[in-house]
Amino acid sequence: MPAESVEREILIEAPAEVVWDVITEPEQISRWFSDEAAVEQRAGADGTLTWRPGGRGGSRAGMVVPIRVVEAEPPRRFSFRWGHPEGTGPDEHNSALVEFILTPEAHGTRLRVLESGIEAVAHDEDGRARYREDHEQGWERHLGEMLAYLASRTRGETR
Amino acid sequence: MPIPLAEEDALWAAFADPTRRRVLEALLEQGETTTTILAEGLPITRQAVAKHLAVLNRVGLVAGQRRGREVRYAVQPARLDDAADSMARVAAQWDRRLTRIKRLAESVHAESRVDQ
Repeated sequence: MPAESVEREILIEAPAEVVWDVITEPEQISRWFSDEAAVEQRAGADGTLTWRPGGRGGSRAGMVVPIRVVEAEPPRRFSFRWGHPEGTGPDEHNSALVEFILTPEAHGTRLRVLESGIEAVAHDEDGRARYREDHEQGWERHLGEMLAYLASRTRGETR
Repeated sequence: MPIPLAEEDALWAAFADPTRRRVLEALLEQGETTTTILAEGLPITRQAVAKHLAVLNRVGLVAGQRRGREVRYAVQPARLDDAADSMARVAAQWDRRLTRIKRLAESVHAESRVDQ
């Protein structure tokens, strides 16, 4: 796993099917992610996430972010690419990949999320919007790996 | 404290060059040093090292101090932390979203249990 990706997880006391619906149903997505969502549970499907001005993203302008579903395997895996310029297809150089992995456990579901290729777009929603306009080239791989390494080194030295 | 986006872009751009990262890494290893000494340990010319140091200096990742006839460079740890923080912010955003997903899924689940 390249370190320019972010990986987080949480244990949810609900069956994987319930978690799956929360993650993938447009009506539910608008309760934890964007203000509006047009998303299909089908690999290759193009959709949009919409942040309204003054909405959840905290952005004054609001924005519409195109996404493309990469995998939809209920109730285990859901992934999509986002951050690519409008009107172009997403690839590893112009978009980040977000993967949800659901693992049933004794008392619920472990939900992991991985976002990789972050450096291909930007570092938050506002940055993404801006990058869509002025980003030209793919970033180096392993950027974050180096970054994390460097940061840990300096922290070690200064503390 | 979040750093302005334009500044952040410049910071990431400074990182994007692999040779420049090697220069930065070498500087970290050596602590405080000069362009000439840095170039000795790297497969690039002194001029190239100077060029990369200038870019790193511009975004605040390194700072140079004149000591007599030479300039000694050192990494600025606070700035490096800024860069690491931008990754941490992405992680924090996902933490917030996951917490909301958890709350939603658990309340849906609790309701369906009551219905049964």
